[in-house]
Amino acid sequence: MSERTLRGKVAIAGIGETTYYKHGQSPDAEFKLALQAIVNACRDAGVDPRDVDGFASYGGDRSDGPRLAAALGIRELRFSNMHWGGGGGGVAAAVANAGAAVHSGMANCVIAFRSLAQGQFARYGRGNQSAAIGGDDAFLAPYGLMSPAQRFAMKITRFMTEHGIRHEALRAIAMASYHHAQSNPNAVMRGRPLSEEKYDASRWIIEPFHRLFDCCQENDGAGAVLVVPADRARGLRHKPVYLLGAAQGGHHRSAAPVHNAPDYASAHFKTVARNMWEMAKLGPGDCDVVQAYENFTGGVLLSLVEHGFVDPKTANEQLVLDNLLVGGGRMPMNTSGGNLAECYMHGLEMVNEAVRQLRGTAINQVKDAKVVAVLGGPMVTPVSSLVVGTEDTL
Amino acid sequence: MSTRYLPEGLPAPAQEPIAQPYWEGTRANRLVVQKCNGCGKHQWGPEWICHRCHSFDLGWAEVAPRGRIYSWQRPHHPVHPALNGHGPYLIVLVELPEADGIRMVGNLLGDPMQEVTIGAEVEAVFEPHDEATPPYTLVQWRLVK
Repeated sequence: MSERTLRGKVAIAGIGETTYYKHGQSPDAEFKLALQAIVNACRDAGVDPRDVDGFASYGGDRSDGPRLAAALGIRELRFSNMHWGGGGGGVAAAVANAGAAVHSGMANCVIAFRSLAQGQFARYGRGNQSAAIGGDDAFLAPYGLMSPAQRFAMKITRFMTEHGIRHEALRAIAMASYHHAQSNPNAVMRGRPLSEEKYDASRWIIEPFHRLFDCCQENDGAGAVLVVPADRARGLRHKPVYLLGAAQGGHHRSAAPVHNAPDYASAHFKTVARNMWEMAKLGPGDCDVVQAYENFTGGVLLSLVEHGFVDPKTANEQLVLDNLLVGGGRMPMNTSGGNLAECYMHGLEMVNEAVRQLRGTAINQVKDAKVVAVLGGPMVTPVSSLVVGTEDTL
Repeated sequence: MSTRYLPEGLPAPAQEPIAQPYWEGTRANRLVVQKCNGCGKHQWGPEWICHRCHSFDLGWAEVAPRGRIYSWQRPHHPVHPALNGHGPYLIVLVELPEADGIRMVGNLLGDPMQEVTIGAEVEAVFEPHDEATPPYTLVQWRLVK
């Protein structure tokens, strides 16, 4: 039986994004932002948008595939796919689902995308305003546990307390994103650098490990990638960026109700990371760049640990700013500014940045980057991650 | 004087049928959780099936209202209008060793700025909301001296 894998079978041939805005600042409707990012990804690849035949998204994206297909005059829709779960847990899964569709022959040319306009719709960081609340929240909201930050904070408290990891490690993660954003013209936080003093003086969102700068922004915009079979990508405009490995899901009962996951202090990547590396036939040591989704910096720590990039025993020494920067750092991370400082586009902006790094066109370019890992939104469930590489890595 | 830990106006629990014995228990100052009639193990929150033995025959049992702090957080930023101007408060995740290690979320009573230690022993305090329609009781926690 032939090996069942996506390794080298599909490639990202085009990337697109909109201008990124602070939440509520987009002059355009969410659906229009989605269309702009998709058209940009097609133009980047040199593909007629009418030749797209599938859409994959995540996080309950409101711009649904059939509606996009109608608006774009797509000839034939062959794949429309929504990945379960909230936030950016599904960012890599959406790309992988697009890849699985084109590799299996269900479709030929699939867009994976995310669009968000939180001026037009509700924000994430506000609790439910209804008078009575059911499901899991009946056991959480009456105690003032309502926001995403609060849902994850106790995982981080437990892990960091258990392993003696200092808040300074999280500060370095935040500062790396802000540092890289300063040279990125499309970064929302360009012109607003973050110093140790500014971080330390920022207000508590949640003690003991969430200051203001440990938390992501909320933004408006859209991002998209075009996924095609590897053979087709070789005939298109850009150097293909090959999917080497991808996985999604969660470990045993990671979604157990009311904070009852047996392995609680986790980003939920333990099995996912193993499966991704296995498909890629690579490990963390083979990666030149990491894009690690920041909803909250504590989640980045957990995510890096579970993918094998950081050892909890040496996290305090590894997670220092110099080590995370392009041009000297041993683990350059979130090289366009990430969710914290480029744009909270639920990680899709990180997939675009991974592609630029492998094309050699990134603003903060890591020299000769050949392998980039994208670790999707941590601590939600299901989570997903992927690793992409250049032709040399096949 | 209010006997409530948090201000009025936060969402009330909907007291859905799947969790009815729990909510009835709290009204009588008893901690009642799901216990499988197939394998005898406790589980929480309430489910339609036992995740261990797949029995649909799920019963309920009173458990000792004591546990250990498994993790904690002290939110400062108000995430709901009812919390505007209230200031920091403590949320704890409590593990119940006498009920197969199930965990529950509640507030830790006392000084909101107190130092919190993972592993510290706590006991349940029942917080009635009698004027609500329908009335309900929350389960809070305080340190065992």
